[in-house]
Amino acid sequence: MSDQVGTITWISGPVVRARGSRNVGMLELVEVGEDRLVGEVIGLKGDQMTIQVYEETAGMQTGAPIYGTGLPLSVELAPGLIQSIYDGVQRPLPLIEQAMGSFINRGAHFDSISREKKWKFTPKVKAGDEVRGGAILGVAMETDTFEHRVMLNPDDSGTITWVAPAGDYTVIDPIAKLKMGREEKTIAMLQRWPVRRARPFTNRRPANIPLITGQRILDTFFPVAKGGAAGIPGPFGSGKTVTQHSIAKWADAEIIVYIGCGERGNEMTEVLQEFPHLIDPRTGRPLMERTVLIANTSNMPVAAREASIYTGITIAEYYRDMGYHVALMADSTSRWAEALREVSGRLEEMPAEEGYPAYLAGRLAEFYERAGYVDNLNGTQGSVSIVGAVSPPGGDFSEPVTQHTKRFIRCFWALDKSLASARHFPAINWLDSYSEYLEDVGNWWREKTGKDWLAMRNRAMELLSEESRLSQIVKLVGPDALPYAERMVLETTRLIREGLLQQNATEAVDAFSSVEKQIRMLELVLYFHERGMAIVKHGAPIHLIHDLPVVDTIIRAKSAVTNEEMHKFDDIQKQIDQQMGQLDAEYRS
Amino acid sequence: MSEVTVQGGQEVVGVGRIEGPILVVEGAANVRYDEVVEIQDTRGQLRRGRVLEVGEGYAVVQVFAGSTGLSIDGTRVRFLGSTLHIPVAEEMLGRIFDGLGNPIDGGPEPLTDRYADVNGQPINPTARIYPRDYIQTGISTIDGVNTLLRGQKLPLFSGAGLPHDQLAAQIVRQATLGKVAGAPPTEGEEFAIVFAAMGVKNDVADYFRRSFTESGALTRVAMFLNLADDPPVERIVTPRAALTLAEYLAYERDMHVLVVLTDMTNYGEALRQISNVRGEVPSRKGYPGYLYSDLASMYERTGRIRTSKGSITQIPILTMPNDDITHPMPDLTGYITEGQIVLGRELYFAGIYPPVAVLPSLSRLMKDGIGKNRTRDDHPRWGAQLYAAYAKTQDVRALASVIGEEELSDVDQKYLKFGRAFEREFVNQSFTENRTIERTLEIGWKLLSMLPKKELTRVTLDEIAQYYKGDDAAN
Ligand SMILES: Nc1ncnc2c1ncn2[C@@H]1O[C@H](COP(=O)(O)OP(=O)(O)OP(=O)(O)O)[C@@H](O)[C@H]1O
Ligand SMILES: [Mg+2]
Repeated sequence: MSDQVGTITWISGPVVRARGSRNVGMLELVEVGEDRLVGEVIGLKGDQMTIQVYEETAGMQTGAPIYGTGLPLSVELAPGLIQSIYDGVQRPLPLIEQAMGSFINRGAHFDSISREKKWKFTPKVKAGDEVRGGAILGVAMETDTFEHRVMLNPDDSGTITWVAPAGDYTVIDPIAKLKMGREEKTIAMLQRWPVRRARPFTNRRPANIPLITGQRILDTFFPVAKGGAAGIPGPFGSGKTVTQHSIAKWADAEIIVYIGCGERGNEMTEVLQEFPHLIDPRTGRPLMERTVLIANTSNMPVAAREASIYTGITIAEYYRDMGYHVALMADSTSRWAEALREVSGRLEEMPAEEGYPAYLAGRLAEFYERAGYVDNLNGTQGSVSIVGAVSPPGGDFSEPVTQHTKRFIRCFWALDKSLASARHFPAINWLDSYSEYLEDVGNWWREKTGKDWLAMRNRAMELLSEESRLSQIVKLVGPDALPYAERMVLETTRLIREGLLQQNATEAVDAFSSVEKQIRMLELVLYFHERGMAIVKHGAPIHLIHDLPVVDTIIRAKSAVTNEEMHKFDDIQKQIDQQMGQLDAEYRS
Repeated sequence: MSEVTVQGGQEVVGVGRIEGPILVVEGAANVRYDEVVEIQDTRGQLRRGRVLEVGEGYAVVQVFAGSTGLSIDGTRVRFLGSTLHIPVAEEMLGRIFDGLGNPIDGGPEPLTDRYADVNGQPINPTARIYPRDYIQTGISTIDGVNTLLRGQKLPLFSGAGLPHDQLAAQIVRQATLGKVAGAPPTEGEEFAIVFAAMGVKNDVADYFRRSFTESGALTRVAMFLNLADDPPVERIVTPRAALTLAEYLAYERDMHVLVVLTDMTNYGEALRQISNVRGEVPSRKGYPGYLYSDLASMYERTGRIRTSKGSITQIPILTMPNDDITHPMPDLTGYITEGQIVLGRELYFAGIYPPVAVLPSLSRLMKDGIGKNRTRDDHPRWGAQLYAAYAKTQDVRALASVIGEEELSDVDQKYLKFGRAFEREFVNQSFTENRTIERTLEIGWKLLSMLPKKELTRVTLDEIAQYYKGDDAAN
């Protein structure tokens, strides 16, 4: 199989040094020790190479061999990715369980994608066609509804000399032959791609279509565009994972890549057990049929945690290249940064802030740059949107990972400990969060709903910031000192907070709000506000508005009105008209 | 010293350098990373250690008992060829061990040929069963609003002098498998208990021993004790040894195991000390950058797996230095565990037991273990409502402190009353009071009934109709 290229001279945790640097290349995948643990060359100096090992090194000896592979760390790409759950270096966890039992042992070597399973392949090219990298050679149904587009490796191009007839093939069966210059190359559905290299595309497009997540505070207030990047920082227990799970469930993407990067085992199990039973409202199929999971939990080897982010993003790009919209969740990028720090520390590199290596910012930039809405090499359009969780120590956003992340994302969902303690969920602080996609996606809302979403959204935000100013005063002198017009603002913002912003991820009706539902709710609350302002201007005392039964109805609408019952909002509006009309009439005279 | 599975191994006489608990041993060939060593001083006394780093011709060794009395020339180091293993057996229940797993109760070595690596191995996420069965602890602030499930890791965040030991002892004493509200009482299945003490005073260990004895649990308890005057470096092994036994009992003997680890802050201290001696680049407050991964390698050894009926539930106890929840130990623990129970000094001074600060406390798995067919249908919304109302109480209190109670609106006055009653009747209960889930829900509704119906937007109108007992005429 592979030859011995070196001998171990030093071991410290996940980092190993070995003699034999001239026999390997930088970033080459190697096998370490008699157990042939997977590792990657991360440094070459003199006759020494430095290797980060993706498995536990306990029990390994100096003097043990290193075997070369000649290849960089790569992922396998082919039909069969969907519904998989992999560790950080794309080893299939179900096969590891079958072979080793409930606990992950060392030295597992499994194909990432089944070599036996057959896929129904239909060719889309014929002999004689000139094809370039990324060309769609054929399609295979990866699930009942998902069409996997089999593409030529981006680095290849040439003339098709043979195509397999439509039929059932494994991912390693030949499906085409390609003449490249004088060489003829046999092509199978399976291709490999080095994880640290972004897959190429033709052209970046502006990101102006929102990624609809069904989460009101995101879609209505702080939208992220398809192909955009969002960061969700927050202290422990503030809702990063619940929010990411919600997005993974409800976002209008065709493929979800979910990376559990240094987080809890139970959280991955939850996804594994829940997603097959949840139905994707768009396809009517189980959510698992659009999901790829990467699970490198906090107790799994730290170097593989570092790799997991790249494994995930490469898979995401691969589906983008087919012309799909992909949403990638990384929970948590801070654990990935810590993996970088740990390896860097073992190498005794010069630390920058808080022990992180100086290249932290560069690595974060490279990762978020791989998001985008693009024209693919094959002429299709696709996108990768990234949502990265950040776990700042002590919840302090001034720490390096949060600060650097902010430079590379355009959408910031700031979770807030005090909101979480008061069980205001999602605990996203509306005053600290921002989205730079607002203007870009405004048109989409207008076309989709016929309404001026941005103006309404901005009006609601204006009221919320007014509220924050007023509540400073209330804290000092109590609410009674405020004029009725200002107290009306507080009545409305309570409706915005409890009726719109709060959204219970565990409640069936509330968990996902359609775009229509979101805009109707926003509209209603603002309408309530306008009518209320008119009434208090006539001198009506504020408690009369506070006590109107419709207030309760509006707050409860999120779970009382399903996405299919938009007509119920007309009823609520009628109730507003009736109850407030009466007050209005009384005090106008 | 218990025997280790692998015998023999190379021996080196003399060490190159001694620094704190760290030895640099020169002249050893092909040492294994993380292998156990046996160190003999000039008087023939043995102590153990393990390898932290290996290079060509040298190894860095951490000595569990510390290096006091070791000399450069006379020290003999024998490399045992395997990582640290401890014996595991059911008969270890009822026994007491030191921090490395050696019996200290005068009894014999456990009779077994099963030895397990103290480091354990990561559970494959595909092999886990997601926790769903709740544990009734009889404590309202836990069962009601921070429900603990079998297979959950839920730490107690406390402060010096607060009654975390009592609370942990009460949980251990009262814990039974929960049942649906209204179902007839059943014989509760008993938990096996694995208790690990790291750097706590002897009276703390004694307190737990007495408490286990009084409740008749002692025969179901295995204790691993590294006390305040025991070698600090040993503390690195103590929780791992305890969890290794717990894993055996849960996954090979199908038992439900409750693991209590106290005090993890002392564990962190020991880790920090070793890291500093080795000159590693620190992250926050001098703790090593790998503290998160290190803690996770223990906390993640909680859960349930599909091939066994047993479970491991962990209750680590941490005293927060200066009551600071952002200190790296509670902070990183909170990032790994599935929630936290926070004890508060104000409630404690107000004479409330257990002084659970409800707002910063959280059980993340609660949502999956309560509600219809588990506790009662209204439970999730009832809990959210209690939380929201109590959070609002805090705002009202702040306002009252500025403008005076008399100036508060009627509704706000009601919140003040609610808040006081909540602390005295819901949070507060005696050390021996074991409340059923029905009782906890009932107290909650009684308290909510002190507020106008209109304020209760988290519960459904039907639930208000069924459980609300107030004389609120407004609706
Ligand atoms: N939208 C929501 N609806 C209902 N509950 C929520 C919501 N968001 C968060 N929660 C509650 O908050 C708890 C903590 O959320 P979550 O696990 O997502 O925190 P986190 O930020 O990922 O924490 P960590 O950094 O420790 O992983 C959840 O268990 C749940 O009880
Ligand atoms: Mg999380």
